[in-house]
Amino acid sequence: MTEIVPAEGIFALLWVIIALPAAGAAILLFAGRRTNSWGPILGVLTVVASAVISVLMLLALMERPAKERTVVQNVYDWVFVGSFQASFALQLDQLSMVFVLLITIVGALIHIYSLGYMSHDRDRRKFFGYLNLFVAAMLVLVLANNYLLLYVGWEGVGLASYLLIGFWQHKPSAAAAAKKAFVINRVGDVGLSLAIMLIFVTFGSITFQDVFGQASDASEGTLTAIGLLLLLAAAGKSAQFPLQAWLLDAMEGPTPVSALIHAATMVTAGVYLIARSNAIYDAAAWAATAVVVVGLITIFMGAIIGSAKDDIKKSLAGSTMSQIGYMVFAAGLGPIGYVYAIFHLLTHGVFKAGLFLGAGSVMHGMNDNVNMRRYGALRGVMGVTFVTFMAGYLAIIGIPPFAGFWSKDEIIHAAFERNSIIGAAAILAAGVTGFYMTRMIAMTFFGKKRWEDDAHPHESPSVMTIPLVLLALGSVFLGMALLFWGDIKDWLKPVVGYESVPTPLPTSFYIAVTLIVVIIGAIIGWVMYARRDVPIEAPTGNALTRAARQDLYGDAVNDVLVVQPTYRAAEMITTFDNKAVDGFVNWTGTFVGDLARRLRRSQSGFARSYALSMVGGALIVAIALVLVVLS
Amino acid sequence: MNYSPPAIDYVAIAPMIVIFGAAIVSVLVEAFTPRSVRRYLQLLIVFGSLIAAAALIVINASTRVVTAGQAIVIDGPALVLQGAIVIIALLGAALMAERSIDSVGDAFASRVSSLPGSEEEKQFTQRGYLQTEIWPLTLFAVLGMMLFVTSNDLLIMFIGLEIMSLPLYLMTGMARRRRLLSQEAALKYFLLGAFSSAFFLYGAALVYGYAGSITFPEIAQTVTSKPGESLVLMIGLGMVLIGLLFKVGAVPFHQWVPDVYQGAPTAVTGFMAATVKIAAFGALLRILYVAFGGVRWDWEPIIWIIATLTMLVGSILAVVQSDIKRMLAYSSVAQAGFILIGVAAASAAGIASTMFYLIAYGFTTIGAFAIITMVRDAGGEATNLATWSGIGRKSPVVASAFAVFMLALAGIPLTSGFVGKFGVFAAAIEAGMVWLVIVGVVASLIAAFFYVRVIVVMFFAQPTDQTASVVVPSAFTTVALAAGAAVTVILGVVPQPVLDLVANADVFIR
Repeated sequence: MTEIVPAEGIFALLWVIIALPAAGAAILLFAGRRTNSWGPILGVLTVVASAVISVLMLLALMERPAKERTVVQNVYDWVFVGSFQASFALQLDQLSMVFVLLITIVGALIHIYSLGYMSHDRDRRKFFGYLNLFVAAMLVLVLANNYLLLYVGWEGVGLASYLLIGFWQHKPSAAAAAKKAFVINRVGDVGLSLAIMLIFVTFGSITFQDVFGQASDASEGTLTAIGLLLLLAAAGKSAQFPLQAWLLDAMEGPTPVSALIHAATMVTAGVYLIARSNAIYDAAAWAATAVVVVGLITIFMGAIIGSAKDDIKKSLAGSTMSQIGYMVFAAGLGPIGYVYAIFHLLTHGVFKAGLFLGAGSVMHGMNDNVNMRRYGALRGVMGVTFVTFMAGYLAIIGIPPFAGFWSKDEIIHAAFERNSIIGAAAILAAGVTGFYMTRMIAMTFFGKKRWEDDAHPHESPSVMTIPLVLLALGSVFLGMALLFWGDIKDWLKPVVGYESVPTPLPTSFYIAVTLIVVIIGAIIGWVMYARRDVPIEAPTGNALTRAARQDLYGDAVNDVLVVQPTYRAAEMITTFDNKAVDGFVNWTGTFVGDLARRLRRSQSGFARSYALSMVGGALIVAIALVLVVLS
Repeated sequence: MNYSPPAIDYVAIAPMIVIFGAAIVSVLVEAFTPRSVRRYLQLLIVFGSLIAAAALIVINASTRVVTAGQAIVIDGPALVLQGAIVIIALLGAALMAERSIDSVGDAFASRVSSLPGSEEEKQFTQRGYLQTEIWPLTLFAVLGMMLFVTSNDLLIMFIGLEIMSLPLYLMTGMARRRRLLSQEAALKYFLLGAFSSAFFLYGAALVYGYAGSITFPEIAQTVTSKPGESLVLMIGLGMVLIGLLFKVGAVPFHQWVPDVYQGAPTAVTGFMAATVKIAAFGALLRILYVAFGGVRWDWEPIIWIIATLTMLVGSILAVVQSDIKRMLAYSSVAQAGFILIGVAAASAAGIASTMFYLIAYGFTTIGAFAIITMVRDAGGEATNLATWSGIGRKSPVVASAFAVFMLALAGIPLTSGFVGKFGVFAAAIEAGMVWLVIVGVVASLIAAFFYVRVIVVMFFAQPTDQTASVVVPSAFTTVALAAGAAVTVILGVVPQPVLDLVANADVFIR
């Protein structure tokens, strides 16, 4: 068991990491217009400062022996009711450390990029305020030492995401997308709040330390229930099947938002939750299996959607779903997979942020057009964007030695350690990834010009390209750095556990097969979209393409399962009030009927039915009480 | 026969005496002082007496006595709830005192007895007469509420109920604009309220028939000492419950809520939405825990059923509302369901969490209705949701405050609503009511939908030419609104002092 170290030295600043962006958000949002000129810069600086502090903490943490790397800082006692105690207490350990680094460093780069991307926007100050708010909430989420505080961050990132998706209020589609994201996320939140309740009932505490310490004492049924509820929560936040529908619409937000929130950080919160709760999943095999199944379904759904969309951001969003599917899938594999789930999360966070910012750079030069059918041959005019995008491309499809190769390859290998069939499925999905990403670069940077008449593509300013370059460097080197220099397996092992199981065939075999499948996918994509002409109007396509363009009918499913039943229930209750109750009045000639008729004359349309429904309620109460007595 | 008057602890009931005295003086002021000074005198009396009562409650904080011959009990819950009622009534009174929002004067009909649309009404309006009759009524209503939560027998409880309700019926009918709607609401409220009072009285009679006493401790004794369960007792309890569930707006006794909330002047709606709920839940808690604590296995199922129905029906119907006052009315129905979860827990944690929820809900509600009074178009208050579109872009501060209230009602963390919901859910889970909590969580999911819809409309929709404007109010409304918003946030971020307060006051004495 690792011991908890009080927050001293540099770690006394733990709360400052959160407080800086939170203060930035408060100043930008409340101080109003007078901060218009310097507000964005302040927003950037707070996150950069947090990033610097977290790097210092990483260095301090690395100097300590592995057992002493869990630091807890109690900021204040938040809710203490009877036996229920929740503190505003922060916990920094190896797992939260890597998340803090990802959030602050990628967050800082995206803040800087936004200085350029949003330079023409009237509400720039608010944008940076919301971004700061998001960073603060996300840091609360990963630094919480108990589930309730995690829930605070969880809702906070949801709120910030909602505000940012709807940032361009003038587009009705953005407002609709924001609402959809919020409501679907609430479904996941229900899972989380029920899980917290159940955890509290079972363990009498909600701090990670207490819960994981006693996880093995609880019954497997309870643990399975907790695991499934947490999975529901993770599915909502991480856009996993069946709560995936919001992520594609979320692309209505400004592109830096898509990069930061809907690719690199917030959507990985579900993976964090599962990895953090590893002690529960390790003792609940069924819940872990459900995690694998959800991950696997989403890998394919996302890949298929990514293959069919012509909107570059939505295609990337499909890809994000798919890649997070890989992480969730890996986390479900148990101790052989957690480490790789987090590893892939980190590399993906960097290269996907790079890809999104690259897409933003392309859009910036193309009058905000997102239709890849109107791109083509952009490699000549946007050199830096092209090269950095290619780095991200090679990383995501998993070509060695780019970052994604190391992490994805490890996941596939871990899958084979568990079961050859799911391993094969993971390889197949890697092939589809090769296809859709090749399609994307072919349609964007290669082939013929299919530009709109008024498009004058140009390279973006350096405030945008410098973050692109830095992220591209990450796309190239981060995988190797984490694996060989950072020794990610040993680093995370004390928190999430790690074990390795021998596979039937040597590792190099799986690597070779994966690479061959990916290259086949890429070649198909190249032949279809670079060698042949891409029509400007999308062809009808086959049934799968059409379904994928409709997000695999995610909306239709939501509509049938959630939206329609709610409205129908409301209708039914209203009808019951209006028809059934009134009908009863007409039918009965009793005192109540008389009273009701008299009430009707007293100018009120419905008081009679109200009174009648009270009588009905009184009957229910009386009957129920009598039944209780007689039984 | 010798009659010896019961000993009365005047210090313990001093807050009520102050309000009662002030109410009487207020009536006299109405009758005998010239019109020109009435408003100032009334405001002095109302605010002065409410502040004095609040101070006395604080001074009495450690009092725990049964007085007036078992009829009145001053204990932890009584003091906390009285304090909450008085302070929230202060904010409600501030809303009613507002005179700079409506260009004609205030929100109340210049002469309530004049027929809507009549020549008489027109004359009174033209002369610029403003009425002050609202003030004695407010004080009497507050007195009723304070008595309601301290009553220790069925008769005093009924008297408290009526003292509280009768002024509210009148206040509902006093709106300056849309007077027919207002008067219709008042009449409905009165008819249905009288109907529910009849249930309460009949139930009280049956309970007396069974127990031979009307005081709660003696009822409790009989209930626990007599073997077996009695139909008379159960039906009596059921009828009494109906009277109280009507006041909190629980389904199926909720249908008056939307009509009355919509018809009443908005300041009055805010006042009664917040305070009546506190008072009625206080009474409900006391009667269930003190008098019928011994048979809680018998009444718990009915509370589960009512709570489930209330949460679901309230939330679902709120989804389809297009009028913001009606939506908040259904939302208040749903909130009553959530609070009933705390009542159902039947434990000290249940008392504490219910009281916390009530306080949190009271401040949020006052703030939300304060904003509704400020959002106006040519026809007065603009309550149609469509007229709120894009308000966030024209008046970001006010719209942000409203967004905070909506998030609190939806139970989002770092608002008071979250801590409140979490408290009642945790209390119910400790009492083993996992299913009830699951229903609660699902209902709060549905509820989140319509709260968020308002935020979407305010911030993400384009302002149209129908978009209402936000009037800048005087200090009265501003203070009430700021207090509501501040408490909503503070109780979410640092709830511990109030949690300690309610946890130290979670015992009913007998």
